[in-house]
Amino acid sequence: MIRQIMKGLPIAAVALGICSGAALAGKSDDTLVWATDRESAVADPYYNRTRELVIIGNTVWDNLLLRNTKTGKYEPNLAKSFKWVDNVTLDFELRDDVKFHDGSPFGPEDVIYTVDFTTNKEHGVVTLKNVDWMKKVEKTGPHSIRIHLEKPFPAALAYLGQAVPIIKRGHYDKAPMTKEGKPDYAAVKPNGTGPYMITEVVPGEKIVMKKYDGYHKNGPKGTPQIANLVYRTIKEGNTRIAELLTGGIDWIWDVPKEQAEKLKATGQVTVENAKTLRISYIAFDVDGSSGNKAFMDQRVRQAFAHAINRQSIVTNLVGAAAQVINTPCHPDQTGCVQDVTGYDYDPEKAKALLKEAGYDKGLEFDIYAYREREFTEAVISDLAKVGVKAKLNFMQYKALREIAQKGSTAVHQMTWGSYSIPDASGCAGVFFVGGKDDPANDPKVNELIVKAGNVTDLAEREKLYKEAFQIISTKVYWLPMFTYAKNYAFNQNLDMTITSDEIPRFYTAKWK
Amino acid sequence: MLKFLLRRLGVAVLVALTVSMITFSLIYLSGDPAIALAGESASNEEIENIRQIYGYDRPIIVQYGDWLMRAVQGDLGRSHYLKSDISSVIVTRLPNTLILALCAISFALVLSIPLGVAAAIRPNSLIDRFALGLAVVGQALPSFWFALILIFFMSIQWRLLPITGTGSWKNFIMPAVALGYYVTPGVMRLTRAGMLEVLQSDYIRTAKAKGLRPMTVLFKHALRNAIIPVVSLAAVQFGFMLGGSIVIETIFAINGMGFLAWESIQRADLPMMQAIVLVLSCFYIVITFLADLLNAFLDPRIRVT
Repeated sequence: MIRQIMKGLPIAAVALGICSGAALAGKSDDTLVWATDRESAVADPYYNRTRELVIIGNTVWDNLLLRNTKTGKYEPNLAKSFKWVDNVTLDFELRDDVKFHDGSPFGPEDVIYTVDFTTNKEHGVVTLKNVDWMKKVEKTGPHSIRIHLEKPFPAALAYLGQAVPIIKRGHYDKAPMTKEGKPDYAAVKPNGTGPYMITEVVPGEKIVMKKYDGYHKNGPKGTPQIANLVYRTIKEGNTRIAELLTGGIDWIWDVPKEQAEKLKATGQVTVENAKTLRISYIAFDVDGSSGNKAFMDQRVRQAFAHAINRQSIVTNLVGAAAQVINTPCHPDQTGCVQDVTGYDYDPEKAKALLKEAGYDKGLEFDIYAYREREFTEAVISDLAKVGVKAKLNFMQYKALREIAQKGSTAVHQMTWGSYSIPDASGCAGVFFVGGKDDPANDPKVNELIVKAGNVTDLAEREKLYKEAFQIISTKVYWLPMFTYAKNYAFNQNLDMTITSDEIPRFYTAKWK
Repeated sequence: MLKFLLRRLGVAVLVALTVSMITFSLIYLSGDPAIALAGESASNEEIENIRQIYGYDRPIIVQYGDWLMRAVQGDLGRSHYLKSDISSVIVTRLPNTLILALCAISFALVLSIPLGVAAAIRPNSLIDRFALGLAVVGQALPSFWFALILIFFMSIQWRLLPITGTGSWKNFIMPAVALGYYVTPGVMRLTRAGMLEVLQSDYIRTAKAKGLRPMTVLFKHALRNAIIPVVSLAAVQFGFMLGGSIVIETIFAINGMGFLAWESIQRADLPMMQAIVLVLSCFYIVITFLADLLNAFLDPRIRVT
């Protein structure tokens, strides 16, 4: 509520055009300051899972591969070349001109150390699934390695290109000990091979980076242009806007649509709306475990699909870069087919289906949500038009995920970012393979999704996904809603391309 | 007097323990801490693993007892989120909040006490009406709103002060004013009311009759008695500022205890939350204890009650 009230002044300031000119501070001292609302106290990509550290990880460390955001293909980064030997074996030729920030050369032993260390459960990396698909790595030459997979895993390239930053051999051996006598791996001084190196970490406040002059040439990340990069935590959105307008910071995101439009109208900062890999979905209590038996009836779920005007929510609330989806994944993800039976906005058809299901006199239930309250309020408003009364329970993510997994929610609207992995398995492979997150535990769907996640042939994968998604859509276990779009606002002097995976490439930025 | 103070100290410690115990329990009501720790994208296996590693599968009372025993020995534990010793985190963050709270309470006292005295000396005068008007506005104006007004004029329009950070004394001006202004109405009203009452008492009339200088009567005799409740209120408000400056610290991105407490709640960093409650409770006890001592110095009658 406080945030709602606090929208007032900065919007007024922007609308009245009182603010004088965009800042030049960033360009003048060659320092790009970006800020979000979240702190990243741990500057290590394996011991922190915040989005901010994914970005910093991509800036300070390199992976064997890198996804070309224009073509969607994977290009060698620390590798010179790569090839599939079979569907469980990958060969890599490594670059021989790469050095870590501490000056030591990069080689096959570093890759072997990285995989051996991170896949060892005792070391407690926070996202084990990013690495546990690898069985082992062996050296096959002075500058070559072979990765053996646990099983066929088509998303391997996606993970290698994004979620497996290479650590120097022995990096964690120097970890300080905690009072309990356990090694504190997260406290080891960062040392990557990326375009920027970390020079200072002030927990809760900032992470300071500077351009790595020894960065290897002709890599897919290019050569960094801006000398200094600072990440700051500024919790309050209006303060971030005020700092952007006064030159304290150069780059922000997650600007609410209304404020973004007003900021754009001033012409003082660059504002962009760009898609992200995050999707919104509504899940139904298909087995009636919440005590509300209404959603066991397929017709009720179908009625909801017709009653909710998803396109209107996208157009009016989410942003121009967002789109309505029909399947449980993001259309940009590999394997994410969309051509299954969809549901048009048709309130009359919704009313007819509800009547057929015996709810012509109305239906009352609890809907749960944790993010972008206005999106769920729009859903409630649409449902009210067909005689359905939904009571909103808005809560924190951790509380909602817990009760959703217990099956205590009749209907919940949630979101999923797929770990930024551009593969359908990052979403469908989480929610429809059985278990606590699966709303239906439909054996046929589970079988198809698991199979699709382990087939390397894309055409075969898409066929399997399509069959599974058709069942999900027909039975409306989920109502996939829309993809998310983010508003970015940044210094007009900054030349930077926004990408759809919520990983800003600051190493490509330059001053105009 | 010693017995009196020891008794109050004992009660305060019990209050701190009770508060920490309630906080300890309430945190669980906001959801499973293992899920919060694991993050949005965590698998069920990862969540269960975290639950076991951090001992959240044990009964709450056992967890509380374990924590309390270690805290008594000076071990505040380790932050789940920040991955570092809680004591070192608190040592880093507490100064920012202490500086902010001290600046804010100083601003509030410097503004409100002279204004309260001036208003009491001349009731219904222009200065009295101004003071009461300021108090009404201060009570009606939410601190976050006032903070945004300050940012709007002082930073966005006039470019006089920095908005965020703690790098220089200038960074603390706006947050201290925004936080202190919230305290001003209460202190000013209490000073005015106390002075009005004292100035009409017999001993003031006697002091005037003895021919003492008006300033001596006012500040040595009247204010000394009128300020006793103000000292207590200021102590309470100072304690409130230490733990309750969340909004101001958030708006001005001050990396202090209030902000840390709020963040810790959001990410279910239980050891950190427990330590913050304990430390702030102890500060509160010390502040109110010092206020009692000061009041006992100002009014000797308190020493025998």
